[in-house]
Amino acid sequence: MGAVSTDFRAPDLGTRRRHVVDRGFELLALGALLLALAALAVLVVDVLSDGAGRLNWQFMTDMASRRASSAGIYHALAGSVFVIALTGALALPIGVAAAIYLEEYGSARSKLSRLIEINISNLAAVPSIIYGLLGLGLFVRTLSMDRSVLAGASTLALLALPVVILSTREALRTVPKSIREGSYALGATKWQTIWFQVLPIAMPGILTGLILSLSRAIGETAPLITIGALTYVPFAPDGIWSAFTVLPIQIFNWVSRPQAEFQENAAAGIIVLLGLLLIMNAAAIFLRDRFQQQGRG
Amino acid sequence: MRSRTTEWVIERALLLCAILSVFTTAGIIIVLAIETAGFLREVSIFEFLFGTEWTPLFANKHFGVLPLVMGTVLVSSIAMVVALPMGLLSAIYLSEYAPAGVRRIVKPVLELLAGIPTVVYGYFALMFVTPLLQRFIPGLAGFNALSPGIVMGIMILPLVASLSEDAMRAVPRGLREGSYALGATRMQTSLSVVVPAAFSGITAASILAVSRAIGETMIVAIAAGQQPRLTASPLVPIETMTAYIVQVSLGDTPQGTLEYRTIFAVGMLLFLMTFTLNLISTWLRERFREEYA
Repeated sequence: MGAVSTDFRAPDLGTRRRHVVDRGFELLALGALLLALAALAVLVVDVLSDGAGRLNWQFMTDMASRRASSAGIYHALAGSVFVIALTGALALPIGVAAAIYLEEYGSARSKLSRLIEINISNLAAVPSIIYGLLGLGLFVRTLSMDRSVLAGASTLALLALPVVILSTREALRTVPKSIREGSYALGATKWQTIWFQVLPIAMPGILTGLILSLSRAIGETAPLITIGALTYVPFAPDGIWSAFTVLPIQIFNWVSRPQAEFQENAAAGIIVLLGLLLIMNAAAIFLRDRFQQQGRG
Repeated sequence: MRSRTTEWVIERALLLCAILSVFTTAGIIIVLAIETAGFLREVSIFEFLFGTEWTPLFANKHFGVLPLVMGTVLVSSIAMVVALPMGLLSAIYLSEYAPAGVRRIVKPVLELLAGIPTVVYGYFALMFVTPLLQRFIPGLAGFNALSPGIVMGIMILPLVASLSEDAMRAVPRGLREGSYALGATRMQTSLSVVVPAAFSGITAASILAVSRAIGETMIVAIAAGQQPRLTASPLVPIETMTAYIVQVSLGDTPQGTLEYRTIFAVGMLLFLMTFTLNLISTWLRERFREEYA
């Protein structure tokens, strides 16, 4: 930078120095990025090396136990799957309906849809433990659901809703306008157009968003602890009114104990949880790829 | 005629689902407000906000929330010291230096960090980072603010990096080209042109990150201890607001007791803090969007 110089050597030297500094800065920035990625690698390796020895089929099929060596995670795994399935069943219809309203009906930039939009983006940033307090006050106490699978799933559904709504809206936005117009031209009503034309095309995108938000919800611990999901439930849930525990709570319970054997159990439980997340994310990526191919074809 | 009625009913049903989100916010505020009001009938708001001792679970009860707030601020500050420079540098690299191919691979991998359940980070902080730090810092207790703070920083780093990168990429190419034309290097362009131009976007990302750190629960519940104390030392056990709520929830607390109400009062404070930060962040982002619309 600076004024144009008549001395031809000085800027040359300056330029060289500036490029060395620039190169140094690039390496520093790259280093910060690599350090973050290294932290991810260290975390995964640490958990694998701590827990791999404990992981076997028996661990997967055994129930909770007060003895570390005979404790398994079957009940917690079953609880997680049950709660998440119910969470999805609650969040999908409500989330999609809300997104359809905002995207297809609320286009008039009305004050109401603007309020709802701001509200949703704010809800997405509310700490999950606050949802736990809401679930405790509303579902567990006021609606007397007690500490059931239903209370847990309802709480997580509220937590997942903002993400489901946002991703559904994005999926709806990718459906070309011409498809809607073609449907109208054939005499279809607005709802018929949405139900028979728009939703089928947007479905893979909607499901991708749903799976991603559920993979976030399945790792949630704090809201379920707050509604009082018991940490010692030595059985798998058998209905929506059943008491339950989930994988992250079981892991938290084991981590909190001082004995090394329980810590090993915690690491093995984490491997199972991360495996479950991997499967869910792979499913989401698979759906998204299919979606993109469809869009091109 | 029938189809018009159906259409009307469907639209109202869809609207109801959309309004459910407003009810959620209202529900949060109502539940927190009712229990907090009950709490404040027994404890003065002055003692709650400015008291320096928090012992609601002991025989000699004190309800000063400052130790919990201090614990939260301490851990969040450490997290931001880690996440802010590293996240910003990562964002600059991804936005200004990285070839498109590298960006395409690195960004999703970086976002994996944000998808890991927090209970896993808690385990990592307690079982790996704390023992590692204890080798270098002899006075470090088994439970402390430093280790969960660092790990929390790693957790929110992708948030800072990803949102900051979005803000930087939204800066018009013309500004960069003008800078290059004046002979500036990439570093000079990044630091003197792109970062200042994206400043409100970057600030919005940072504020959102602070809000995330304040509300983060499991890392501190596992690795920071459960001892509310008014200290700025990162080496001793502390307790955050969120960890306190978890601690009480683990016991079977009967409804209507003062102990039960404390978690709602603390939750209310937490909600107000994060809500304010989120509003500021949203406002800044909107302003940024207007600048380069």
